Amino acid sequence: MLRSIGKKLLELLLFFLLMSVVSFCLLKLVPGDPVRSILRVDDVAVSNEQLEAMRDQLGLNKPLIVQYGIWLKQLVQLDLGHSLITHRSVFTEFAGKLPYTLSLTGGSLIVMLLIAMPLGTLSALYRDRWIDRLSRTISLIGSSLPSFWLGLLLIQLFAVRLRMLPPMGEGSILHLILPSLTLGLAMSAVYVRLIRSSLIESASQDFVASARARGLHPARVFLFHTFRHSLVPLITVFSGSMGSLLGGTVVIEVLFAYPGIGKWIVDAIAARDYPVIQGYILFMSVFIVSINVLVEMSYRWINPEIASKGKEIG
Amino acid sequence: MRIITKHDLQAGRKLQRPASVAPILLAMSVLALIMAAPALAPYDPYNVAIGERLKAPGAGHWLGTDHLGRDLLSRIISGIRTTLGTSLLILACSMLIGVPLGLLSGYLGGLCDRVFKRAVDAFMTLPDYIFAIVLSGLLGPGLINLLSAVIAVKWVSYARLARSIVLLEKQKEYIALATLSGVSPHRIVIKHILPHTWGNVLVLAALDLGKIILMIASLSYIGLGPQPPAAEWGSMLNEGRLYYHTAPHLMLVPGLAIMLTVLLANIAGDRLRDKYDVRNKERA
Repeated sequence: MLRSIGKKLLELLLFFLLMSVVSFCLLKLVPGDPVRSILRVDDVAVSNEQLEAMRDQLGLNKPLIVQYGIWLKQLVQLDLGHSLITHRSVFTEFAGKLPYTLSLTGGSLIVMLLIAMPLGTLSALYRDRWIDRLSRTISLIGSSLPSFWLGLLLIQLFAVRLRMLPPMGEGSILHLILPSLTLGLAMSAVYVRLIRSSLIESASQDFVASARARGLHPARVFLFHTFRHSLVPLITVFSGSMGSLLGGTVVIEVLFAYPGIGKWIVDAIAARDYPVIQGYILFMSVFIVSINVLVEMSYRWINPEIASKGKEIG
Repeated sequence: MRIITKHDLQAGRKLQRPASVAPILLAMSVLALIMAAPALAPYDPYNVAIGERLKAPGAGHWLGTDHLGRDLLSRIISGIRTTLGTSLLILACSMLIGVPLGLLSGYLGGLCDRVFKRAVDAFMTLPDYIFAIVLSGLLGPGLINLLSAVIAVKWVSYARLARSIVLLEKQKEYIALATLSGVSPHRIVIKHILPHTWGNVLVLAALDLGKIILMIASLSYIGLGPQPPAAEWGSMLNEGRLYYHTAPHLMLVPGLAIMLTVLLANIAGDRLRDKYDVRNKERA
C-alpha cells in the first residue's frame, strides 16, 4: 500500500516537472516580446540600449537552460515571479482571483444540479414517454448553444429589459447569478443525458432486480441501489469535465467582466505577461490533477468493491 | 474496456457498401456549400454602406444590415466558409496527425509506446479549451493561428483512440495469423487495423465537430479569431453586441446560425454513434 502511494507521488512529481518544462518552453517558442510590451515600444520611443538593459534586468539574455533553472528554483519556493505589468507577485494575484472563479464554478454547479438532477431522473424513470422526449430535445438544443450567446441573451433579458440583476462586474451575490446561470444551463444540457443513461444502466443491474424482489420500497431501491450505483460513472465524467468547466469560465468571465482567473489569463495573454501565463498553466495542472486524485479517493467511499480491488492490486 | 461486437467488426467494411452513400453525399453537399458560399451571397459581404446601416430584416436585406451597412445574410453565408470550413479543416488535420501516430505507437509498442502514452496523458490533463485559449492567444489573433492552436489541442484524442483500438485488435487471432503468413507490418496496419478504426474515429469526429465550432466561435468572440472585416459568426456576435437595442437581429442571427449548425452536427454524431454502436468511449 505504502509503495503504491510512493509510486503515485513519484509519478505526480514527474508529471509536474514535465508540465513546468512544457509551460516554460511554450512561452519561449511563441512569437512576441515581453520587453517590447513592458516598455510599450508601440506608443513610446525607446532606444535599443533601453531594450537591452530591460532584457538584462529580467534575465532574458541568459541561456535558456539557465533561465529554466532559475525559474524552477523559485518555483520550488512557491515564488512564481512577478507580473510584468502590475509588478505584484503572481501567487498573490492568483490567490486573490481564485475565490471569484471558485464561487462562479460553485454557483454554476448548483444551477446544473438543480436542473439536471430532476430532469435526468424523470427522463430515466419515464423512459420514452413525453417528459423524456422533451428533456432530451431540450438537452440536445442546449448542448448546441454557444454559452456566451446564452449569456448575452440572459443579460438582455434580466439586466436590460427586466432590470432585475446587474449585467456585469462583481460586488454582491446578485452579480454571481447571471454568470452562474449561463454556465449552469450550458452544463446541465450535457448532464441531463448522462444522468439519464447512467440511471437506466444501473436500473438494469441484477442487484436492483434482487432488491425489488426482496420487496424493498421502490423509493428505497432507487435511492440506495440504482442511484448509488450510477454515481461512479457520473463522478468520473464530472471530474473529467472539471477542466472544460474551468475553460468555460474563461469566456463567461470575459463576457460578464467578472474578475476571476479566466479574465486574468486573457488579460495576461493580451499583455504577453509571461510569468502570469506560466503560473496559470502550472496552477491549472496542479488543480486538475488534485481533483482527479480526490475523485479516485471518493470511489473507495462510494463503492467499497473498488476499494477492495485497489487493495488487492496495491 | 469495450467489448468488440460483431457490429464493430463490420463497421470498417460498411464504408465500402452502397448503403453508406448517403452520408458521403451529405458530406459532399456540405463541402459544395462551403465552396459555393461566395456565389450564393446576394451582396458583397464586405461592402460597407453607411447609409444602409442597422436596417431591420426586410425586403431588400432579408436579414437586415450590420453597423457598417453590410448585408447580414451575405455575411452569414460567407461565415459558413470561415466557421464550418475551418472546423472541418481542423477535424481533418487532427485525424491525419492523430490517427497515424496512434496506430504507429500502439502497433510498435515497447518503450516508444510508453513514452507516447505518458505524453498523451499529460496532454489530456490540461483542458483543451484552456490550452487552445493560451496557445492561440500567444500565437496572436488570426484565423491561421486559431486553426493551428485548435489542431494542436485536438489531435491528441484521435491518437489516443487509434492507439486503444490497435491495442485491442493486436491481440486478435487474425492479426497473429496474418503475421504468421508473412504479411508485412505496414500492410497489417493499413489493411487490417486501419479499417477497424474508421468507425470509432468517424463517431468521435462527428461528435467533435459541434464542439470545435463552439470553440472557434467563442475564441473569436473574445477576439482571438479572424480579424475584422472577416465574417466569422463568433466575431459577428462580438460586433453586434453593442447594437442590441437598435438592431437585435445582429445578435440573434449569428447566434442562431451557430446553434443550428452545431445542432445538425450533434444529430449527425448521435446517428453515427447509434449506427456504429460505440456506446462506451472508455479507452485502454
